[in-house]
Amino acid sequence: MTIDLAVDDKGQETDPEALIAVDNLTVSFPTDDGVVRAVRGVSYTVRTGQAMGIVGESGSGKSVSSLAIMGLLPKNARISGSVKFRGRELIGLDEGELAKVRGNRIAMIFQDPLTSLNPVYTVGYQIAEAIHAHHDVSKQAALDRAVELLGTIGIPYPEQRISNYPHELSGGMRQRVVIAIAMANNPDVIIADEPTTALDVTVQAQVLEALETARHETGAALILITHDLGVIAGHAERIAVMYAGKLVETGTTEEVFYRPRMPYTLGLLGSLPRLDQHTHERLTPIKGAPPSLLNLPPGCPFTPRCPLAEDICDAEEPELLATEGTGHAAACHFRNRMADADAAEVFGDAQEVVS
Amino acid sequence: MLETHDTVTEERTEAETGKPQVEREFTVKERGYWRMAGRRFLRHRAAVISLVVFILLVLFAFVGQRLWHYKWNGGFIDAQDINEAPSLKHPFGTDDKYDQMAEVMRGTQQSLKVAFMIAFFGTGAGAIWGVVSGFFGGVADSGLMRFADLILTIPPLALAAALAYQGGGKLWQIGIVLAAVSAPYVARVVRGVVLSLREREFIEAARALGATNVRIMFRHLLPNTTPVLIVNATLLIAAGILLETALSYVGFGIQPPDTSLGLLIVNAQGAVDTRPWLFYFPGIFIILIALTVNFIGDGLRDALDPRQTRERR
Amino acid sequence: MLVFVIRRVLISIPVLVASTILTFIIVKMTGDPLTYLKTRQPIPPPSVIHQQEQRLWLDRSWPAQYWHWISNVVLHNDWGPPVLGHDNVRTDVFHALAVTGRLVACSVAIALILAVLTGVISAVKQYSMTDYTTTFIGFVFLSMPTFWFAILLKEWGGIKFNEATGTHTFSTIDEPSSWVNPGQLLGHVLLPTIVLGLVGYAAWSRFTRASMLEVLNSDYVRLARSKGLKPHTVLVKHALRTALIPLTTVCALDIAALLSGAIVTENVFQWRGMGYLFLTSLRNRDFNIMLGWLLVAATLVILFNLIADLLYGVLDPRIRHA
Repeated sequence: MTIDLAVDDKGQETDPEALIAVDNLTVSFPTDDGVVRAVRGVSYTVRTGQAMGIVGESGSGKSVSSLAIMGLLPKNARISGSVKFRGRELIGLDEGELAKVRGNRIAMIFQDPLTSLNPVYTVGYQIAEAIHAHHDVSKQAALDRAVELLGTIGIPYPEQRISNYPHELSGGMRQRVVIAIAMANNPDVIIADEPTTALDVTVQAQVLEALETARHETGAALILITHDLGVIAGHAERIAVMYAGKLVETGTTEEVFYRPRMPYTLGLLGSLPRLDQHTHERLTPIKGAPPSLLNLPPGCPFTPRCPLAEDICDAEEPELLATEGTGHAAACHFRNRMADADAAEVFGDAQEVVS
Repeated sequence: MLETHDTVTEERTEAETGKPQVEREFTVKERGYWRMAGRRFLRHRAAVISLVVFILLVLFAFVGQRLWHYKWNGGFIDAQDINEAPSLKHPFGTDDKYDQMAEVMRGTQQSLKVAFMIAFFGTGAGAIWGVVSGFFGGVADSGLMRFADLILTIPPLALAAALAYQGGGKLWQIGIVLAAVSAPYVARVVRGVVLSLREREFIEAARALGATNVRIMFRHLLPNTTPVLIVNATLLIAAGILLETALSYVGFGIQPPDTSLGLLIVNAQGAVDTRPWLFYFPGIFIILIALTVNFIGDGLRDALDPRQTRERR
Repeated sequence: MLVFVIRRVLISIPVLVASTILTFIIVKMTGDPLTYLKTRQPIPPPSVIHQQEQRLWLDRSWPAQYWHWISNVVLHNDWGPPVLGHDNVRTDVFHALAVTGRLVACSVAIALILAVLTGVISAVKQYSMTDYTTTFIGFVFLSMPTFWFAILLKEWGGIKFNEATGTHTFSTIDEPSSWVNPGQLLGHVLLPTIVLGLVGYAAWSRFTRASMLEVLNSDYVRLARSKGLKPHTVLVKHALRTALIPLTTVCALDIAALLSGAIVTENVFQWRGMGYLFLTSLRNRDFNIMLGWLLVAATLVILFNLIADLLYGVLDPRIRHA
């Protein structure tokens, strides 16, 4: 099911403006204990210039689905479904063809900047390399562009930084180098996979700002993957929530944040500590842990942890359907009931704790 | 090294939800570290086959001697049977005195004994050396490791030859000498592991609970080096067999009247052309031992310390 | 960088000194050099024995002997007299080193190139038939006693080949008389090079494979691919470049080991190098030669350790800046 304003609640994705169209993407990995179904039929589209956030816990399949777009999954991954970039199917393309798209039209930023950069080459070399891969320019020209890029994303003294090795820079600077590499060729899409998770909170803001600059400069669409709702809030127009390998809620950021239609999303929002609340309420965590992706029983995977679960939840996995005719879709049998639910009421005992 | 739990069971008590329970147990069994290692090992076809072959070799050498009616130092071979190629009567042929199968059995037995001695004492000494060095650090560590490096600067064969020179070439002497030559290597490896473990929280916790140094070293650090020790011990067995052979070649290994596989092939050098069975059989046995042990060691290494995720094809 | 180098060199010196002491003790443990004299029939008169003892400083205490030896070596470049004969110990040892050096250089060059090639191919095509076969062959080579294989090769590769072709292509004794003559070169060098290179090949190829596998799964290789670099660029410029770093260390140390450890191969093919020299001196209990030999061997190990460290610093900037 795609979420698009022009399509009905069970519609096919026929969005002509879709830059990236993921349709029924399924990824599984054979392991010793069985087949792990990391991604189970995910579909979404991203339009030009749009910023979409994908939120989920570890193991929800959010990273795997983006690696599938880039064709960077390990060899033993079994992929089915379709991922189209500007109408061109990416799954099944050979390495040579994919290499032309990667870093050029679709770029990716990974989680840990220390291990993402090659320790034996200078930062400048690695940025210039990205440029050389897709443009026939002189070495000097590429290095100049590298300096320019570093300056754009706010690294001071870029001319000196390009001769530094990755281990000589701080974590935040390294990640900005990775962003510079990603934006080097003015891609159409930037996929950022947990770009701030490995960094200190104080540095996160800087990096996110660099990301915004990158978007602004290149006009690229952004797929921002994270488990941190706070990161999403300021930087994505649309959100997709993933749980146990499937999308469980999609919509605009505002819709999903203020009127979540799926208990999991409600729980996520309710478990966030907030500095602006004056009443001393307990955090309401979601009890339990995400299911193992090896032997998913039938029914909704969130059922064991869901306070609203009923028999139908065990029996039938809910589909991602639009709620009340809007573009906001949720995968819950009771999506229409959820309108004014309160996390504290639903998930826990909302006792007031006197400080 | 600690337990890994793969179970995920989801249960809610009836009291919590007031609804009838749904048990959603996901059937992934809980397994301990050693069981998982065992499973991983069994998946290495080469290692498992090698283990079987190795056991057969050991049986051949130790048990076979009792069952085979010719003896390695006995007699009882008919005069006309000397220097004969392999036949039904003498499956490995004969030399000018004895039945070769008996010789190879005895040789294998002795070589295996030496190899096990090297592995056992070398690993043992090396482990204690490494743990003490790594644990205490500072000057003691520097000193002990410098000493190890020192020994390692001398070519092992030369060192072994020099040390074995004075001895009578008895099996246990050879074993000890070669073990001494191998220990520094194990010590270095073990020290490395200990250094990385030393700073871990469980050591701090043990200390906070009042454990003495000795206790920490032997109850906490040493057991965690077990995987490394096991792998290294198997490597030493293989290396030991080859080292023993080389030592025999230069004349400082096990001396007659006893025999070893190394000595057998050394004595058969000149006969490669004329009585090849004297040369090939012992050699093949050496290769078999070293090869099977190497594969087993490889399998053990993967089983006990899997760092890369193995794909399933 | 310079600081790094100097520091490493300075650390090596006390190790070298300690090594000489250990060397001395080991040689002393091999027994009395004059045994040949004392066990001769009829026993020579005590004056003759005493004269020899004086000449060789054997009548002094061990520390005095050690000091006498080491100070002569360091200050006067005099490595002491041999027990038998009048050869110059120093020239003997260095001559032997040169012989072995030539053999080792050939073996290492070939073994290294082959090892890297097969290691990389094995890693890239992990679990393929090629991988399994080369791994198995590598294991077999690792499990073969050197001299057994040497004799085998000498027999089948050399003697039988000569007989079959009626030529004297393969000479199984000694170095080539001329290193420029291809016939000589092939005949004398090929077989021992194969033998010596074998174990090195097996070990290095496994090591390269393991190193490559680890690197191929790393984050920076993934990033390199995501940049859209061509597959072979990723392989060579990113994967191989970092995977080879630990190999250089292993290789350097192995070369040092080979220089003093080619004892067996040299003996089988009758090259009068380090191995040959050591064995004869051990049998003759010619202690000054043994001392000189061990001194050179230990120095080589320390030297190559140093080279390995330096290479690592050159290749991996993280070490340089530490």
